[in-house]
Amino acid sequence: MKNLFKLYWAFFKIGLFTIGGGYAMLPLMEREAVENNKWVEKEEMLDIYTISQCTPGVIAVNTATFIGKKVGGFFGALFATLGVVSPSLIIITLIASFFNNYTDNPYVIKAFIGIRVAVAALILNSTVGMIRKGIKNPYQIGIMIAGALTMIIFNVSPIIVIIVAGIFGLFIFDVRADKEETNE
Amino acid sequence: MNRILLMCLEFFKAGLFSIGGGLATLPFLQKMADNHPDWFTHDNLIDMVAVAESTPGPIGVNVATYAGFSTNGLFGGILSTLSLILPSFLCILIIYGFWQRYKENNRVQRTFAALRPAGLGLICAACFTVFKGAVIPDGGLRLSCLIMFVIFFALMQIPKMKKIHPLFYILFAALIGVLLPL
Repeated sequence: MKNLFKLYWAFFKIGLFTIGGGYAMLPLMEREAVENNKWVEKEEMLDIYTISQCTPGVIAVNTATFIGKKVGGFFGALFATLGVVSPSLIIITLIASFFNNYTDNPYVIKAFIGIRVAVAALILNSTVGMIRKGIKNPYQIGIMIAGALTMIIFNVSPIIVIIVAGIFGLFIFDVRADKEETNE
Repeated sequence: MNRILLMCLEFFKAGLFSIGGGLATLPFLQKMADNHPDWFTHDNLIDMVAVAESTPGPIGVNVATYAGFSTNGLFGGILSTLSLILPSFLCILIIYGFWQRYKENNRVQRTFAALRPAGLGLICAACFTVFKGAVIPDGGLRLSCLIMFVIFFALMQIPKMKKIHPLFYILFAALIGVLLPL
């Protein structure tokens, strides 16, 4: 039982100090999970990140679920996961209730015209960074462009794009890799 | 009550099909804004992203909380967030028993080798939509916004500026919005 609260609190801290995206939390995760609480080995952390990239969802939450499960089964996973999202729930609720009082304020309206530009730039910046890190071969460039154009031009549901890409990856990538192996 | 349940279902779908981290939920949220403008509009969404970028926590979770709260109050915020993370929670629990084999399975690797770029493509499309919303706020292109966008983006590319927290850009932009006739 004490373990469950330790899990909740450790991941609460991780959620609280993760600013600006999942990868920023790596060092903190290592300090809490590996050094302080000895829940996982350093090498295992790398495996966990890899898995988190092969499952849907937010990397912070996935790693919390995984480590929680390892330490304390289902309830461990539950407490760790709830821990990592609690700071968001609390802080955002407070901020949102604050802002909802000011939506008609002319200064707020003007401020947000500027803020939207900043957000657009921030998102483009993050996207460019992700492209640099994540795209490793021309096929992936093709898939990315295909996905982007399909969305922009046809405005389909993003779910369709994901499903089609998944099928493509499963069957067509498969075939190509098999061919490479037999050619060797 | 129906609205809360419907929203939870949408967030569940978003959580299930988001590949590739924080911003990956953005395309799904934009679709929600398209289909349910009474929940939140595209402009509302960008504002929520602004807050989500400036506060602790994963951005997808933050936006889910914000959107859920704005539409359905405290209960809505909590339920939306839980709906978003439920698919990945279940997924991890399911594969946990054989995660080593899962990680090394060729089919899994190849599927995700295609899924990740597709997710990135969706984010690119989402980025384009946000760009349009920022630079064409009321139907007409605002040159001032476009120039501001280019300047901000250029600033972010400077190595020394890479460590600056998004919150500073957002506050700076807010100041510009108030002081200048954008």
